[in-house]
Amino acid sequence: MLIQMEGSEAVAEAVALCRPEVVCAYPITPQTHIVEGVGALVKDGRLENCEFINVESEFAALSVAIGASAAGARTYTATASQGLLFMAEAVYNAAGLGLPIVMTIGNRAIGAPINIWNDHSDSMSMRDAGWIQLYAETNQEALDLHIQAFRLAEELSCPVMVCMDGFILTHAYERLDIPSQQDVDAFLPAFEPVQVLDPDDPYSIGAMVGPEAFTEVRYLANDTQLQALKLIPEIGSVFKEVFGRESGGLIHEYMTGNAETIVVALGSVNGTIKEVIDTMREDGAAIGSVSICSFRPFPLDELQDALKDAKRVVVIEKSLAPGLGGVVASNVRMALRGINLPVYTVIAGLGGRTITMTSLQEVFEAAGEDRLPDLQFLDLDHNAVEHEIVRARRTRRSGPIAENILRQKADGRNP
Amino acid sequence: MTDQTSQPVKFYQTGTHTVGNRLLDDAKRTVQSSMDRSNAITSGHRACQGCGEALGARYALDAAMRATEGQLVAVNATGCLEVFTTPYPETSWQLPWLHSLFGNAPAVATGVAAALRVKGRKDVKVVAQGGDGGTTDIGFGCLSGMFERNDDVLYICYDNEAYMNTGVQRSSATPPAARTATTQAIGDAPGNVFGTGKNLPLIAMAHNIPYVATASVADLHDLEAKVTKAMAISGSRYIHIMVPCPLGWGSASDATISVARLAVESGLFPLFEAENGTLTKVNKIRRLVQVEGYLKMQKRFAHLFAKDGKDQDSIDAIQAMANHNIERFGLIDVDTTS
Repeated sequence: MLIQMEGSEAVAEAVALCRPEVVCAYPITPQTHIVEGVGALVKDGRLENCEFINVESEFAALSVAIGASAAGARTYTATASQGLLFMAEAVYNAAGLGLPIVMTIGNRAIGAPINIWNDHSDSMSMRDAGWIQLYAETNQEALDLHIQAFRLAEELSCPVMVCMDGFILTHAYERLDIPSQQDVDAFLPAFEPVQVLDPDDPYSIGAMVGPEAFTEVRYLANDTQLQALKLIPEIGSVFKEVFGRESGGLIHEYMTGNAETIVVALGSVNGTIKEVIDTMREDGAAIGSVSICSFRPFPLDELQDALKDAKRVVVIEKSLAPGLGGVVASNVRMALRGINLPVYTVIAGLGGRTITMTSLQEVFEAAGEDRLPDLQFLDLDHNAVEHEIVRARRTRRSGPIAENILRQKADGRNP
Repeated sequence: MTDQTSQPVKFYQTGTHTVGNRLLDDAKRTVQSSMDRSNAITSGHRACQGCGEALGARYALDAAMRATEGQLVAVNATGCLEVFTTPYPETSWQLPWLHSLFGNAPAVATGVAAALRVKGRKDVKVVAQGGDGGTTDIGFGCLSGMFERNDDVLYICYDNEAYMNTGVQRSSATPPAARTATTQAIGDAPGNVFGTGKNLPLIAMAHNIPYVATASVADLHDLEAKVTKAMAISGSRYIHIMVPCPLGWGSASDATISVARLAVESGLFPLFEAENGTLTKVNKIRRLVQVEGYLKMQKRFAHLFAKDGKDQDSIDAIQAMANHNIERFGLIDVDTTS
């Protein structure tokens, strides 16, 4: 049934359809509407048999989830940005303990400078925590990925993050297909934990592991991710059989067939990228794109297959590894090992900076002529940064950088 | 002839605490005396000789196991208790046990309790436990959250007054003047700073939770009774147990009970119970002692009794703390002091 609704509200509905038994909530923009939505569904009785717990921090939210999951309950929470960083220790712990928690990330920048708008710095910081990370391209996919995430998490006993762009998806209203409870029940079997705290069969969970066994435990964490590489497409196929549409999978290809330039990106920006590709294709450009849905596990082979016949790759990414360049681009290069292809890194959309079709087209055209530097910041105000660099060199007590840049922008004053 | 059966038994007639179990009716006998005790923390663990925490935890959990007829789950903060009980593949825990992190045991326990409730397992109860560092410092936020929500968990703090597992560093439960690895016994004011630290039982009471108690390994029967009582109450409960650490305190490993008893009898560690934020019972001091005897048993206070001069000011300041407790909690009956 198609309903006009907000992305967050739709995710709340999807989560409720999965019948979670414990949901922990702590507010942080732009994720807050999701837990509010789940809370309302619990309170009005539509989501039965669910404990909704308002906790005192994100660290507590995921810790409560850890306890609930270890006691055998299907468990969900959501967070973003600083909240994800505040729970970082528990993020690694949940994966290390093998607890199939599902968590939404309403992707948002990390401070300082404090910024509530969208980029991927938050979930990228946790890419190696042992969680599966799925990135939604649209709100429909965000909704669908949650339903898949519970099945994936529980089958592998591994936690799953569903990442959706803050505001761009979480706060966007569009027509969405909300599945029926019957279909979700048919798709998602009851949670059968592989380990559970049970007085009738007591065992210890969370013991200290020394050098004699730690490597083996970590090997198996990697192996779980490799299993997910197989399972994610399988679950996608079953999902299609039950719900009649494609959602999820490892990667989505768009017009890559004879493409000389292939753009790689994660999340909602793929919508804009496809629009630009359509325009450029009309003008005869050989360009296509790949959207990475599963960033962890990283689909090395599938990506190589999709990219190997191109002449160049442009990675548009909403995260920055200071001192290196791109996070996603580094991973893409890994997929292209042994293949001599230029990989251009374009850092875009940081802290909510709008990624316009015009700017993207300029970049793609420059890439087509191999005029791009290895690392570029989309729509960077070069004057502003140069001015600040010069000023900082000249004055020892040059003051806080963020405030200096803001003042410059407000004054419209450039050297 | 005197009718022996009608003669009331005076337990303290010899002037000691010795009360044989055989003098008590079955319900009041200690859990440890029973052949049916659960051995929740069974033997073979790696605690130091004379470890107060191992002793306190064993009595507390066996009492909780008896009270719940074995339907109990334990959550543990990182710390000595966690490390010395689980040198895997061996584990001392005879009940389902979960260790997650240092600072999140109360929240993890909240999650376990929520899962049990939603699963309809009303018969299964949850105990969370940690040392003073895990409780009064790094886990404090989660603990306050658990109290405030009145989650159905008994949280037990085993307080040995410093971070012993990492090598005796100061915590917010470390007493003034005590030497630790981060409050060295050097300089003008050796040891921990006066006027610092927090009193977690009183902070717990300020949350108006159903039950708060302090207990000591010097009175294990009292400890068991408090745990038993706590397990019969729903909602958040907190028991703060003083557990001397021979390693960190520099006390003899065969003096754990004695040193714990002097902490109680001097008034430094008052034993009390509170319900819904109100003090309901204090254990009266039977034979008041001065703090000096307590301090002298521990090398962490040795600098107060240095050969080149006793630090009487510090000793007096610690004595004043004890006197304040005696007055504040009414630890001495007026008629016994006269």
